[in-house]
This record gives sequence, C-alpha cells and structure tokens, in this order.
Amino acid sequence: MSGVGSTEPPRSERAGFAGAGAEDAGVGSPEPPGIPGLVSRTEKHRETTIVVEPGRLVEAATHLRDEEGFNFLSDITAVDYLGWAGADVSGYIGTAAGRDLNRPMTQGYQAVPLAKPKRFAMNYHLLSISEEPRRVRLQVWVDEGEPVPSVVPVWPTADWHEREAWDMMGIAVAGHPNLERILLDDDWEGHPLRKDYPLGGEPVRFSEAE
Amino acid sequence: MTATAPSVRRTPIYEGTRIPSPIPTVLTTPPDLAASGDVMTVNFGPNHPSTHGVLRLVVDLYGEDVTGLAAVVGYLHTGFEKNMEQKTWWKCITYPERIDYVSFQNNEYVFVAAVEKLLDLEIPPKATWMRTLLCELNRIHSHLVWLGTSALELGAISMFWYAFREREQILDLFELVTGYRMHTRYFQVGGLAEDIPRGFYPEARKFCDWMPHAIDDYETLLTRNKIWLERTEGIGLLSAADAIALGQSGPVLRASGVDWDLRRVEPYLAYHQVDFRVPVFPEGDVYARYRVHMQEMRESVRIVEQCLDRLEHMDGDPWIADDRKIVLPPRHELHTSMESLIHHFKIVTEGFRVPEGEAYMAIESPRGELGCYICSDGGPKPWRVKFRAPSFVALQATATMMTDALIADMIAIVGSLDTVMGEVDR
Repeated sequence: MSGVGSTEPPRSERAGFAGAGAEDAGVGSPEPPGIPGLVSRTEKHRETTIVVEPGRLVEAATHLRDEEGFNFLSDITAVDYLGWAGADVSGYIGTAAGRDLNRPMTQGYQAVPLAKPKRFAMNYHLLSISEEPRRVRLQVWVDEGEPVPSVVPVWPTADWHEREAWDMMGIAVAGHPNLERILLDDDWEGHPLRKDYPLGGEPVRFSEAE
Repeated sequence: MTATAPSVRRTPIYEGTRIPSPIPTVLTTPPDLAASGDVMTVNFGPNHPSTHGVLRLVVDLYGEDVTGLAAVVGYLHTGFEKNMEQKTWWKCITYPERIDYVSFQNNEYVFVAAVEKLLDLEIPPKATWMRTLLCELNRIHSHLVWLGTSALELGAISMFWYAFREREQILDLFELVTGYRMHTRYFQVGGLAEDIPRGFYPEARKFCDWMPHAIDDYETLLTRNKIWLERTEGIGLLSAADAIALGQSGPVLRASGVDWDLRRVEPYLAYHQVDFRVPVFPEGDVYARYRVHMQEMRESVRIVEQCLDRLEHMDGDPWIADDRKIVLPPRHELHTSMESLIHHFKIVTEGFRVPEGEAYMAIESPRGELGCYICSDGGPKPWRVKFRAPSFVALQATATMMTDALIADMIAIVGSLDTVMGEVDR
C-alpha cells in the first residue's frame, strides 16, 4: 500500500471547486504570445489543452483560426464536474482509516483527483486542415448560469454543437442565433447530462389529463 | 487525384459562400416571397422511407422549388452518453456500436482506442492488423448499405439487392470471427476478445477476390446510367471552403475537393504500413460523393488484402496485451491459478481503473471524422463520454446544399450525406 493520503495534501484542500486556476497551470511548454485571454497551456497524452478566459473566447478562437490555422472545429464537448472527487478513495485498496473489507466493490479512487476551477468545462476540439495537420483543445471554465460566448461567427459548424451543449448540459451560450433544444423535446425540463439530474424514472405523461 | 498534401480546387464550385446567415443550418424563405402566399410549408418525416431513420425536415416550397429548410433531429435520442457514465469502462464497449449501427466496428474501435490512449497501453501487432482489417471490412459494409438505400430512394431498386448480397457475405465473415453478425464487441481494451478462428483467412480471401467484380457490377448499373446522372450531377453543391467551415468530413469533404483522410494525415492502427489511395473529386455534388464511396470500397478491399498478407504469418502470436490489471486472464488459467481468478473477479465486478485525465481520439469512420472524447476521474467508470458523430455534423450542411434545389433533389442530397440517425441523436 503506497499510503494514499500520505504525500498528498488533505482532501479538503484538493477536492471541490475552490481550486485557484486550472490544473497543471504553467506546466508544459512556455506560453506562446498572442492567444488572447490565455490562462494556461498544457501537454498531456500527446494533446495540447489551451485554457482561456470565457469572456475572451471569441477573440481567442478567431486568433487560433486566422493566425494559427485551426480552420476546422471538430467538436464541442461540455463536461459537468459537479461532485468531482466526491467519492472516497477505494475501500478495497485502502483508505486512511484502513481497508473496508465489507465493501469490496466501492467505486472510489486510488488517489483523489485534482480539483477543477469551476463546475463546467467547454472543450472545443480544433483541427488544422492544412499541410501541417495538428489538433488543439480550447477550453473555458464556467459556473452554473455563467454564459459562454457563441463561436458560430468563427466556425458555423458550432451551431448544433452549442445547441447540444445547451440541451444536454444547460450551458447558456450567449449570442447564439438559434439557441433551442436540439435532441430533446422543446418542453423538456432539466439538462440530462448534468451530474445532478436524477437517474431513472421519468414522469409519465397523459396519465391523469384527458 | 491522390496528392499527399491537401489541395483545394482553384476555381470554386460557386462564388462566395452559400452558408445561410445568421443561422448556418436553417434556410429561410425570402420575406417578400413568403408574403406572396404562394409558399407552402411541408413537413417531411420524421417517418418517411427515405430519411434513413427518423429525420424531420420542415420544407418551404414554392412550386417545386425549395425556398426554406430546417432539419429537426432528436427522435432517436436514447442517452448513450449518460448510460455510459453508469457502466464500468469495459462494459461501455457495447454502447458505441449501437450509436452508429452500420459502422459498428469503427465506433467500437474509437472508444477502445481513446481508453487505450489514457491507459498508455501497447497493443500487440496481430490485434492491430486484425482491427485494421475489420474496420475496412466494416467500411465496405457501411458503404454498401449507403449505396443500396440511396440508390433505392432514387428509384434504382435493383441496387439494393446487389449491395445487400455482398453485405451478407461481410456479415458472414463477422459471424465467423466474432460469433455475431452485427454489434460484434470483438475489440477489447488491449486487443481482441478472442483469437482469430481458423478458416477465416481463406474465406476473407474469397471475398476479396469477388468484391472488385461486384463493384464493377454496381458501376455498370449506375456510373454511366443516364437517369442516375440526371439525378445526381450538379445537385447539392458544396464548395471546399464551405465544407470546412461547416465541419464536413469523410466522403462529403473529399467530394468537395479536399484531400483529407485521417487514415493518411493522422495514421492510427496499421494505416501507415498499408498502401492505399485517397479518392478526391472536386465537383462537390451528389455524383462526386457517389464516386468517392465507390473508389473507397475498392481501396478498402486492397487494405483488407494487405492485412491478410500480414496476418497469415502471425499464427500463434498474442492477440491481446499482457496486462493483468486491465486484460482478463486466459480462461484456462482460472482453474489452476488463484491470482488469475482474483484478477478475473476484480475486472469483471469492479472494472479496471483508467488514470485521471481527458483524451480525444479521432478516426476516419465510413462517414468521416468520428471522435471520442473521454474524461476519467481515476475510477472504474467514465466521468464523461462524448462522441463527435460525423452524421450529426453532416446534417448541418443540408441547408447550404439545398440552395436552389428542387424538392426531388432533397432525397438525393440527404441520401448523399450518408447519415445514420442513431449516430445523429445518440
């Protein structure tokens, strides 16, 4: 047993959304000049992640498209980090209190994950269709209700991706020309891919009315 | 035609851009025309034989001219991504196949590859080659379904029977290898679920010998067919610049004159070791998309043959990585080894753990760039899984392609996008 808690800071300081700045900020290659609102740039799993301030997203996106050649938006993924690192470290593997042999299937961690700066992350996976193909992940962090500017003017393909982020995750995309639900009914309540959306059981319609 | 560097056609298919503004995916009827009272709004779908599933198109018609169009999706939404968050990593593998139920092997691969990326796992060569082979067979399978149904919608009913005749042979090959005809779940994190059965190679060879003749048959029926040409040539135009701006990929992008194939520019599996050409046609119409599909099937047969050349010399090689923390131990060890039994129990009940982090894996599926974003918190279940579905993006281009189109062209255009609604709605 490598003593899960011994070299790590106490969990209360690591988990939750109180962490300052993005994870691994400043690690990796030095900040290239020019990306407006740059917060951090990291390399991991042979992928580059560029975190920018949400307020300057459109500026950063335009810069990446025009100056660095990322002319193709592959995908937009919203991620909800509510409850991130909320579980215990796995009882099977060992906690500070020792093994819990009565719960051999606990779904905990071997080490508590690093804290995230805010609840939601919007990931823009960019690609450069050129002689020099390369990818980058543009990332912004927002809290509940905080708007993310629309990148439809930069990449028209963002239209449906942003509608999906709104529909599934409730990301308020500011300035989107047609922000409606895309996959669910117009009168659907809630955003199902959020971590606090109840699992299972859906109110049955038409059971009492008529 | 097959330059290695991406080349964009010099003379554009049309002047400027045709992407509607301000909403790039909705074609709006001009207000003066709408006020004339001669425009009729028609609901096409969601249940219509030529929507490839359940797609609804709200079409404004002025006579036979389409003046406005909005695509409505979501009728097949089943919450795959939410479901996957509740399953352990290795139980998730069955889900991606059902997202795009026509190119199941490719979908299966992209998820497995994304997990392997986070795990930093080395895959044995035999598994890599077999995965390449199956992905290419699956590409032929997917293109055949596309060819059969799209031609059927334009009235060429015999194409459907011919295409499904060869599709049947491919399904037989899948059944021989995996035990299932569709949704094979043959790829395992680390390699393949089982060794390749004896007798597969000669059967696959037989298919490879036959398939080029079958493609010749299809081309005899369609490529110079007067009716087919009238229905497809110059229809559904999309310029290279608009295709890139709208995120189009795969055959749609290559039919707009952009030489772009992830198998070449970002080689994964064994694609850097096989010889194949990337068909590119500059016309940007439905006919060009048809030509791309036909050429790709021929190239896929060549890739399958090259994979067979390698695999036939790999008898007895391992087909899955030897990492007992992730890969199930061999079945025969369970009776004699306590350690193996514990590992088996742990992986089956609790699942293996994937290190904390996020990864985006993109491959060239039959429909274009199929991406899989996964996020792990270090536990045995995914924190978030997201698929970049090429069909979802392809449908965004309908409004642009329908500029100046007739109602009958709509069937050809939507068909040429090769959408699978399961993948659009996930």
